[in-house]
Amino acid sequence: MRPLLYITSFLGVMFLAFWAYRENYTTQNMLKDVTSLNRQIADLRGRLAMQNAEWAFLNRPDRLQDLVNANFDRLQLLPMTAAQFGGPEQVTYPPEPLFGLTIDPNAAQDELIP
Amino acid sequence: MIRVPLRPLARILSARQVGGDPDSIERENLRLRHESMRDRARTRAEGRLLFMGLAFFMIFMVIGVRMGLLASDEPTEPRLALPGHEISANRADIVDRRGRILATNMQTYALYAHPQDMVDPHHVAVELGKVFPEMDAAALERRFTDGRKFMWIRKKLSPEQMQAVHDIGDPGLLFGPRQMRLYPNGTLASHVLGGATFGAEGVASAEVIGMAGIERFEDARLRDPAHPEPMALSLDMTLQQAVTDVLDAGMKMMNAKGAAAVLMDVKTGEVLSLVSLPDFDPNDRPAPLLTGDPGDSPLFNRAVQGVYELGSTFKIFTAANAIQLGLVTPDTIIDGNAPLIWGKYRINEFEGHNYGMQTVAEVIQHSSNVGTARIALEIGAERQKIFMRSLGLFDPSPIELVEAPGAKPIVPPRWPEIVTITTSYGHGIAASPMNLAAAYATIANGGAKVTPTLLKREGEVHGEQVLSPEVAAQSVHMLRLVVTKGTASFARIPGYPVGGKTGTADKPNPNGGYYHDRVVNTFASVFPTNDPKYVLVVTLDEPSDNTLAKPRRSAGWTAVPVAAEVIRRVVPLLGLRPTEETDEPAPELTANVE
Repeated sequence: MRPLLYITSFLGVMFLAFWAYRENYTTQNMLKDVTSLNRQIADLRGRLAMQNAEWAFLNRPDRLQDLVNANFDRLQLLPMTAAQFGGPEQVTYPPEPLFGLTIDPNAAQDELIP
Repeated sequence: MIRVPLRPLARILSARQVGGDPDSIERENLRLRHESMRDRARTRAEGRLLFMGLAFFMIFMVIGVRMGLLASDEPTEPRLALPGHEISANRADIVDRRGRILATNMQTYALYAHPQDMVDPHHVAVELGKVFPEMDAAALERRFTDGRKFMWIRKKLSPEQMQAVHDIGDPGLLFGPRQMRLYPNGTLASHVLGGATFGAEGVASAEVIGMAGIERFEDARLRDPAHPEPMALSLDMTLQQAVTDVLDAGMKMMNAKGAAAVLMDVKTGEVLSLVSLPDFDPNDRPAPLLTGDPGDSPLFNRAVQGVYELGSTFKIFTAANAIQLGLVTPDTIIDGNAPLIWGKYRINEFEGHNYGMQTVAEVIQHSSNVGTARIALEIGAERQKIFMRSLGLFDPSPIELVEAPGAKPIVPPRWPEIVTITTSYGHGIAASPMNLAAAYATIANGGAKVTPTLLKREGEVHGEQVLSPEVAAQSVHMLRLVVTKGTASFARIPGYPVGGKTGTADKPNPNGGYYHDRVVNTFASVFPTNDPKYVLVVTLDEPSDNTLAKPRRSAGWTAVPVAAEVIRRVVPLLGLRPTEETDEPAPELTANVE
């Protein structure tokens, strides 16, 4: 009985040592991955900040105004006025179907009501 | 274990035969047994001591080696950082209330030199002179060769310049990374943002510190690594641009040398737009003026730093104060016969008018100096001072700009009755347009005090009640009458009830007295008057409408049309729908600007 106990505990120790060894290297690899990912994130963040700055720069009101002026022939954009507020009654209905597929609303209702 | 007998029979028998003492044999054996026991115990103790010694030796070795390693190691940061606990070395961005960028950072490089590493200082100096035309090649070469080990050449490089410097290819020229503050919208909101500069500079990095405006005021917050999220201002970029556009056109049309506008949300005190013209580019801040009036520099923020006598715009405060104290109602008749003689002073009306007997509402509507003076005399100096202080007109504006605390309103040191009279119509007391906007916002907000802010606020703010809501509503109605029947007829905008008060004040001459041809015109307005939401103050510095032979310099002809155009432009942007019914007859077309 006793030698069996010794052998199993020895094997147990060997197995645990092997596991710890492997675990150690997995952790180290993981840390390396995380470090490189963090570096990538920082790099991408820097590029994102740059793109944001560029976007803000390209959308600066002065430039947009110049573009509006330059393309006035095509777009005819003017400052918003109070007259542009509309009511729900001004929203148009969907256009009529093209190929005469008209449905008589009364007929449809008649069918629905038993 | 086999025990050795103490009295072995063979030895005892043989000892008895020779007549010896068997006891001595026993003692002998006992002694031997004890000796062997003692020896065994000693070896065991020695072994244990040795084991303990070894164990301690090992432990101390481990600790010692670890300490030695720690002491001789390069210190490293722990590599595993938990997410969500990032610290950012960047200065936080500044965004408007809808998250659009007003100030951000950009990666750039600074150029410095190690002259001792240079291969050919002469060539480097000549080439640098070609890349940067503002640098003198001969002076650079002299500095490269005078034995110094380090010198800065430029604080910021564009990518093209950096490539050109790379192409020189000298190992003595080096680049240091820099975070540069960038204001992508150029001059927009320049007086709010202020600008930034470099503080302590190293080769690897440099501090970015705020120079003026909110960048300086909120420097600690913007630099705090625990707050990398952008700082949201109350400004709206679209509104800011619209107000700037209209104000700029108005300033040119009215031949003014400067202009300022403040648009404020009366419920929260948030400043939606703050414009001061002329403005500047915070990316390239001009140097402050060394001679002349600092108020003429584009750096000067007229809306906050400009402390002007705001004239008749103060009359509504006198009226509101008197109604609050129960001295008058809007319909009380006031003796407005001009001139009013008070001691050695004569109080006149604008352009020598005489309005005679008039109600309090008409006093405001006509902008009657005499009528206001009569009301103020009933209020008295003490109550007038208390009321104006409660509106914040005696203290610098609490707005988040570093310039604000320096712009303290100019309040007369003593308060005789003549000061009570002049203060009642806004002369002899000077405040900034921002002070005025906050005071009007207090009236428009049902009399609850409004504290102006440039930072985005969530929800409504409930300030101390300065006026009762009824008095505030009556005051807003009186302001409405100024537009429908009084001096601000240009502010009639179809569909939008605007109320407001004009103010024209002669500019004080630094050599004493007042100029007669230089004025500051102000229009302080509240809209829409049926449910006041916004306050707009427009101030023009030295305007004059020269379309007729005689230049017109009253606020009704200069500041009001500009303010009306501002309101016309911003109402759709604020999402205010025109009201169907207006409480007055349709405005005459001649009174409109367009």
